Amino acid sequence: MFDDPALWLPFVFASLMGLSILIYVILDGYDLGVGILMPFAEEAEQDRMISSIGPFWDANETWLVLAVGLLLVAFPIAHGVILGALYLPVALLLIGLIMRGVAFEFRIKAHAKYKRLWNRLFFAGSLLAALTQGFMLGLYVLGLEVTLPNIAFALLTAICVAAGYAMLGGAWIVFKTDGALQRKAAAWARFGLAASAIGFAAISAASPLASPRIFEKWFAWPEILWLSPLPLLAGAAFLGLFVLLGRMPLKDDRWAWAPFIGGASIFLFAFLGLAYSFYPYVVPERLTIYEAASAPESLLIMLYGAVIVVPVIASYSALSYWIFRGKAAADLYDH
Amino acid sequence: MEPIVLARIQFAANISFHILFPTITIALGWVLLYFKLRYARSRDMAWMDAYRFWTKVFALSFAMGVVSGITMSFQFGTNWPGYMEKVGNVAGPLLAYEILTAFFLEAVFLGIMLFGFRRVPGWVHTLATCLVAGGTTLSAFWIIALNSWMQTPAGYEIRDGIVHATDWWAIVFNPSMPYRVTHMLLASGLTVSFLVAGLSAYRWLRGDRADGVRRALGTAVPLAAILIPIQIFVGDQHGLNTLEHQPAKIAAMEANWETGPNVPLILFAWPDEKNRTNHFEIAIPDGASLILRHSADGVVPGLNDFEGGHPPVAPLFWGFRVMVGMGVLMLIVSWWGTARLWRRKDASPWLARALVAMTFSGWIATLAGWYVTEIGRQPWLVTGVLKTADAASATPAPMILTTLLMYLATYAVLLVAYITVLFYLARIGAKPTGEPEEGAIQTTLGAAGAVTGGR
Repeated sequence: MFDDPALWLPFVFASLMGLSILIYVILDGYDLGVGILMPFAEEAEQDRMISSIGPFWDANETWLVLAVGLLLVAFPIAHGVILGALYLPVALLLIGLIMRGVAFEFRIKAHAKYKRLWNRLFFAGSLLAALTQGFMLGLYVLGLEVTLPNIAFALLTAICVAAGYAMLGGAWIVFKTDGALQRKAAAWARFGLAASAIGFAAISAASPLASPRIFEKWFAWPEILWLSPLPLLAGAAFLGLFVLLGRMPLKDDRWAWAPFIGGASIFLFAFLGLAYSFYPYVVPERLTIYEAASAPESLLIMLYGAVIVVPVIASYSALSYWIFRGKAAADLYDH
Repeated sequence: MEPIVLARIQFAANISFHILFPTITIALGWVLLYFKLRYARSRDMAWMDAYRFWTKVFALSFAMGVVSGITMSFQFGTNWPGYMEKVGNVAGPLLAYEILTAFFLEAVFLGIMLFGFRRVPGWVHTLATCLVAGGTTLSAFWIIALNSWMQTPAGYEIRDGIVHATDWWAIVFNPSMPYRVTHMLLASGLTVSFLVAGLSAYRWLRGDRADGVRRALGTAVPLAAILIPIQIFVGDQHGLNTLEHQPAKIAAMEANWETGPNVPLILFAWPDEKNRTNHFEIAIPDGASLILRHSADGVVPGLNDFEGGHPPVAPLFWGFRVMVGMGVLMLIVSWWGTARLWRRKDASPWLARALVAMTFSGWIATLAGWYVTEIGRQPWLVTGVLKTADAASATPAPMILTTLLMYLATYAVLLVAYITVLFYLARIGAKPTGEPEEGAIQTTLGAAGAVTGGR
């Protein structure tokens, strides 16, 4: 099999792209979530929330560029089909990301009288980005066909992804702050968790119903046997996190990191389920990764680069999280 | 309007807005490193003040560049699906290398540079500044390598109607690439010189004569004076390279219709593409032949040799003149300014006013130059390989128009906000960021200080 790169390269690149999407969703998920939670906090708390994501958000969004970039460079035909079908939500996503990205800087650099306005734009942009991502996920799951029932479903997933991000954001604040804000954040995260459970269930039910192929993949014997741990684990993570968030913060701030890991693992399980369902398709039921892949010689040269560079990226990202470990201060710019 | 025209306007709007900010951050990163190193060596707080102030401008510009850059990564697919289908095998790896080697590097170390000053040792912070500057420059290298390949493709073959890479070295270092990269890096240097000089002169005019302001002014004006003659030389070389590889573009830039010797350099004219002639022409005899062939009877290509396949004439003719005009202004102002600063050790009100007026001159020249080279590639998207019309998407016109208006409205608001905030920052000077709200929120928790080991 390794003799012919055309056989394994598309799989490797689909995995890399999937990994980028997963990392993006978890990392930008928490900073978008913090943006969504802004209106629920007091003004001083807002500063602290922002400073908890300040050093990270830019690198977090770079994972989206990498994911879209991999789709673009490894599966160019699919890139055109998917982004063509999602033209309007993509434009709205971009407007959302633009607004929140610049509001980040403007809110502390513009005249103080505009700070509220930029805070609102930061919230609105974060929410818009989260909603459009959820909307696109919903349409994608149903095969990118724009019909009225599909739009209704996509609106549901939009709200649930936004709720899921709010859950991650809340969990991140629990991890990075303390005091009254930490307690509030635990409650926000719990609410977000409950709301996102609905979307999780909806997608899990809709994908096998929308596609006989996916139904076959999950419910055939003996696959169902070794697949059953996945939904069970996901359910356990939901329940465990729900109970845990009800008790946060614990004495001496123990386990402050646990809600975030729990929230991230829920996204991981959801991702694994989706990846299993849709493999080998990159455009559901229309185009497989093998049909859409670029030429092997081009994929290979990118793979060489990725193998060398990705560990470097991982290590200096880890360095950054280590440098900015501990609770976030209220003032973002510390020099 | 036709969908393809709208798609082109939309793409042009996005990329024009985007390029404004990398043009600043590429060179400003190096200027910041210079300020930081001067401070590290002398422990003179004036350099630190300059560093602090310009870090704020950098952070803001960088954020604008990042978010508009994310837009670009989607626009390739939404607006030009045929582009990646046809040349994805070449474009893909170049874009991938830009993301892998540059984007993450600059994003992560920017976080450390902006927020880690008290958390890491001084040399790590300086290294972070250096890596951010290196990242922005590397990013420019990759994307311009791709752009140059689209202008002067090399190192490929076409199999089954699709471009396949045969020689990566030839692809990256394609014939126009060294010229275009150098030209753009210098453009960034000049843009930043005039931005730094302009805002510093603005502060100077308002009576802010702090040492940090003088240092910034004393760095930026001579830097511009050094860069501009180099840029004029490189630009000339770039033009000769274009003459060799894209003669139709040169013909349109000079609005020269007939191929022949003794072609005049047209200073002013109204190119009339319909009747294939110029009106109201004011020209220097033999000028174009002298510049392009270095001899009065040198043969310069004419547009009539490329009838039906050359780029639109008026935008190239005018775009080129705007760029060159800006260059001449830059030369005059920077040399005048350097002479003044050298002799009197201080600016004068008129010099300061001129510098303020020139604050964004780099943007104008850069945009005009990019319009010349990009419109000059038409009707091709990739010269000789793929026509722009063949790469367009099937997205209906109303959809493109709606999103175009959305983008334009967003960009207009952001551009106004950006420029307003730059001058606002200049007015409040080098005071700490967010000064008005300071004091209310100094609630740094004990844990934060205790946990941070760095220093």
